[in-house]
Amino acid sequence: MSLRSPLSRVLGSGSAKEGTNHWWMQRVTAIGLLILGAWFLISIAQMESYGHNDLAAWVGDPFNAVMLLLASITLAWHSSLGIQIVIEDYVHGPALKVASIILNKFAHLFLGAAAVLAVLSVALGGSV
Amino acid sequence: MAEFTLPPNSKIKKGRHFAAEKGSANLRQFVVYRYDPSSGENPRMDTYEIDMDSCGPMVLDALIKIKNEIDPTLTFRRSCREGICGSCAMNVDGRNTLACTVPADSIRGDVKIYPLPHMGIVKDLVPDLTNFYAQYASIKPWLQTRTPAPPDHERLQSKEDQEKIDDPAACILCACCSTSCPSYWWNSDRYLGPAALLAAYRWLVDSRDEATGERLDDLEDPFRLYRCHTIMNCTNTCPKNLNPAKAIAETKKMLAERRH
Repeated sequence: MSLRSPLSRVLGSGSAKEGTNHWWMQRVTAIGLLILGAWFLISIAQMESYGHNDLAAWVGDPFNAVMLLLASITLAWHSSLGIQIVIEDYVHGPALKVASIILNKFAHLFLGAAAVLAVLSVALGGSV
Repeated sequence: MAEFTLPPNSKIKKGRHFAAEKGSANLRQFVVYRYDPSSGENPRMDTYEIDMDSCGPMVLDALIKIKNEIDPTLTFRRSCREGICGSCAMNVDGRNTLACTVPADSIRGDVKIYPLPHMGIVKDLVPDLTNFYAQYASIKPWLQTRTPAPPDHERLQSKEDQEKIDDPAACILCACCSTSCPSYWWNSDRYLGPAALLAAYRWLVDSRDEATGERLDDLEDPFRLYRCHTIMNCTNTCPKNLNPAKAIAETKKMLAERRH
């Protein structure tokens, strides 16, 4: 039992002076994904055939490769921000919460790095 | 983790049935949540049959009739009976509202009445609003200035500036909005909730206030403000037709704008 006053409990350790950047970047990356997503759909739809060599050539185009890299990074970034919000909403044990948030960041970094490596190896004519 | 099911001692059981006197014509059934934490019993739903010919039109009139004439143990808050005190906020027919402003005949079927959702219950329809009021107090709901007040008149405000606070200042702190917010349900220990944030906004946009920066500093927190995910239940349910969701969005905009 705690005899702290209700106001003291609400004030807690004060404001974290943080959150605006998270909120802002979630929106900026969302706008980025709208543009990149539209480009991806239009560009893919315009291809004449979808064989392995056609797709490898498509990824090999420098503009396409850059756009794919941007899409991979933005998607991982946006997803990481969003899932962190879900964790903060529902995971309440302090240790479990912090561990989940760190794991979420690592998982998205891993996915982003893997996607970037995949695009680069195809674009730079690796052994795919 | 968040709890999605009720603990066993919170499961609601069927309660007593209070039949109306014989010969009553215009009958309505009011199904009311009853819970006394000190009794050790589970909550139950009691049913009261009311002859609407001898009852006022509003849901609160029926509750008062029940308490006066049928079951004096029924506990609820009420005061002004005209939608300005906010005391009789409760969940009527699935919606957080003021019992005194809802006509019983606007509801189809039985009138189901629960306390405001996801709050500790003091008794029956009386939720524990301690934390809610502390959250309101935490946003410093008073004018903060450095400029001394003019010696011979009040601090002036233009008509346009006054209009900015008209709506947010009309909040009666009934707690309908905050207790309708899922984000508040899961995190009311740290998220301030729409009512306190609407009050905070009322002071953020008050042209006479000189603590806007400090107020924004205090709100800038992943939980205090940014637990709002624009669900908009608050605006949907507000019995005074205010717009806490917009106030919160404007606050987020103010925080974003001061960075650029």
